[in-house]
Amino acid sequence: MIRMLVPLGVFIALVIMLVAGLDTAEQRQLVASPLIDKPVPEFELPGLYEPTVQRSNDDFIGQPWILNVWGSWCWACRVEHPFVERLGREAGIPLVGFNWKDERDDALEWIARYGDAWTTHVVDFEGRSAIDFGVYGAPETFLIDHRGIVRHKHIGPIDQTIFNDLMRRIMELRSEAEAS
Amino acid sequence: MIPELGQISLILALILATLLATIPMYGAWKNNERLMALAPSLVIGHFVFALMAYLVLTVAFINHDFTVTYVAMNSNLLLPFAYRLSAVWGGHEGSLLLWILMLAGWMLAVLMFSRALPTVYRTRVLAVMGIVSIGFLLFTLLTSNPFDRILPGPPDGQDMNPLLQDPGMIFHPPLLYMGYVGFAVAFGFAIAGLLGGKVERDWVRWSRPWTLIAWAFLTAGITLGSWWAYYELGWGGWWFWDPVENASFIPWLIGTALIHSQAVTEKRGAFPAWTVLLAIAAFSMSLLGTFLVRSGVLTSVHAFANDPERGLFILGFMTVITGGALLLYALRAPRIMAGEGFDFVSRETALMLNNMFFAVSAGMVLLGTLYPLVSDFMGWAQVSVGPPYFSAMFILLMTPVVMLIPFGPMSRWRKDEITRIAKPLAISAVVAIVLGFAIAAYLGAWSARAITGWIGGLWLIFGTFSYVRTALKGRRRGLPRHQIGMIMAHAGIGVFVIGVAMVSSSTLQRDVRVEPGQTVEIEGYRFELLEVVPVKGQNWIADEARFKVFRGDRELFDMAPQKRRYHRGGQVMTQVALRPGFTRDLYIAMGERLNDDNAWSIRIHIKPFVRWIWGGALLLALGGLVSASDRRYWRESRAQARKPAQHAGQAGDEVPA
Repeated sequence: MIRMLVPLGVFIALVIMLVAGLDTAEQRQLVASPLIDKPVPEFELPGLYEPTVQRSNDDFIGQPWILNVWGSWCWACRVEHPFVERLGREAGIPLVGFNWKDERDDALEWIARYGDAWTTHVVDFEGRSAIDFGVYGAPETFLIDHRGIVRHKHIGPIDQTIFNDLMRRIMELRSEAEAS
Repeated sequence: MIPELGQISLILALILATLLATIPMYGAWKNNERLMALAPSLVIGHFVFALMAYLVLTVAFINHDFTVTYVAMNSNLLLPFAYRLSAVWGGHEGSLLLWILMLAGWMLAVLMFSRALPTVYRTRVLAVMGIVSIGFLLFTLLTSNPFDRILPGPPDGQDMNPLLQDPGMIFHPPLLYMGYVGFAVAFGFAIAGLLGGKVERDWVRWSRPWTLIAWAFLTAGITLGSWWAYYELGWGGWWFWDPVENASFIPWLIGTALIHSQAVTEKRGAFPAWTVLLAIAAFSMSLLGTFLVRSGVLTSVHAFANDPERGLFILGFMTVITGGALLLYALRAPRIMAGEGFDFVSRETALMLNNMFFAVSAGMVLLGTLYPLVSDFMGWAQVSVGPPYFSAMFILLMTPVVMLIPFGPMSRWRKDEITRIAKPLAISAVVAIVLGFAIAAYLGAWSARAITGWIGGLWLIFGTFSYVRTALKGRRRGLPRHQIGMIMAHAGIGVFVIGVAMVSSSTLQRDVRVEPGQTVEIEGYRFELLEVVPVKGQNWIADEARFKVFRGDRELFDMAPQKRRYHRGGQVMTQVALRPGFTRDLYIAMGERLNDDNAWSIRIHIKPFVRWIWGGALLLALGGLVSASDRRYWRESRAQARKPAQHAGQAGDEVPA
């Protein structure tokens, strides 16, 4: 009898987890990253088109910038792509594509197909730097100010609402940068 | 027809389902013939009203009735007729309606084709399915009514997602839902068995063809989805381990385990409790899939309009259905007959291994899919698993399956000798290895993956066919259908394995800049771009690149990829040009127009053996249907009903599974 209750127990555990998951579904979109208001983790990563070039966080200091985590395997990235393209066009600051756990060929193919929305690329194939960034799952978007401090993080695809919110924050960061 | 009629039909269907779930169920409990006799007419009425609701919504789409919110959200004046029909299930609300219609259809089918079942038993099956239907009807009516109005209606509707405006997409959801919902039949049989207090071989045999049909539909549905992703979405990919794909794959894996464990339970009476558990799990996973897709718990492209409230409803529903079923299982399982013993070397062991691997795989996929939730819940580091996890885990778990499949049919029930099985298979193994190397060499595909793929695939095909020889020995007439189906399905996996290995190891691709008049040469094929012209469809305009393809000097055919812009949404879509072939696909996709004058970036793929992936999967599905059509299931159950004598399986005989 006790043994027969095991499946029921497993199922109940699953349901509890799912209920909890439902509660935090909203939150998972805005997980408070421990990085907020901390300096960008140091990284040294190769470019996408030019694998020999190394880019580090120092290259971006002095102006606000956006870091957008994506991968060609990530469906949701395809969904947010039109808004990423708009960010690239309208934000007026560097938009760095952080290609995560991807194959270079796949990534290039994806870009050729859907368009290159980013101004600069870095590639993190092993996902080593992504751990420093606390990347939770693609797509993710970080806003970083001119001093190299992470100011905001969005998890999940960008839609119209998120886009508006990001643009507002970006404008604030830009005016901060100009004021200093 | 006015949409309110649809609404009323749904409410009537709900009333009938509620009656079905209570009165005949009570009748079955009290063994009251008169109450049980109500079930057939309730099932028919339930189907009629579900169909009516569905037709009303369809008519609203055909007539562009934009006062219906759902129609306005998913259709517009420019949408071609065929897509207006398929737009009915293009969104959350309508696809639920399709679910309901199919469930009603399955119930009707059980009623019509299972006349031979004992009345008490059949009534219980139908009543359990009625309970399931109540849940979905309530879900639709309370949280996602497709007949909601906006007054005044907008002059024109939104666009249907252009990704979905494709022939493949017309059939993908219905096939998939047929499979999902079909597991409700196996579920109903299992619960009816538990309610009756006995788990007997009889009901396992009765439920086998139903499970097979549902499984075959699910296989076909997943295949079609993968094929669609390949030519519509893809940069040539055919499986993405997206949460929603996984949601359909988990029930498939459990269903696969189920059809095999049903064979053991029916033939030998072994693992009866496990079979019941799998039947419950297969349907529960279908429900879980629905939950994952529609609640917004996980991020995915497939996601319908996300709404936590809907999620909560499905979760509650799942708790009632699965929780109730598992509670019943816990109460009744000790009374389930004990299985008969078997030796280590026997078909039982082979099928038990099959079940272990498939159940564990399902668990792994489930874990990977829910991992973001699990880690969140446990407060672990926030990480997510990508395709690398799934691929690695899958190769690990499926390699033994591929190696073991041919042993299954060859072995005898209860007790066998390893030498007896191994002898005919040794020849297949040697032939597969030699031929595998030879073919890989001939194709110039010298990679470990291609070679192991060929060897594994050929081993499955030859190993399966060597069983035909063994099975035909001493048999005057041909093989029975259920064996033919099994052979098709197992050989199909071989075909599939070869396809996967070749595509992943030997795909060629070239990204080039082409101007009209230029040619590109790959692997002996010459692609000449003649011109890029604007073309116009019913609801889109496009740039079309016209290619002529040559092999040597011989002109082969034309290919014309497009870059489409849809009128309403303004969405840009790439329409690839595909030239399918038995051993390779040619695949051209248009990229961007390059800054200078007339040049375009173009991507050309040569994908070897990619058709074999879906070919193999279709063989699987067909195999399932052929098996299900075996007369044994349909005729014997009738004889059984007249004369419910227990037939004890003779020990050691070679009863086909």
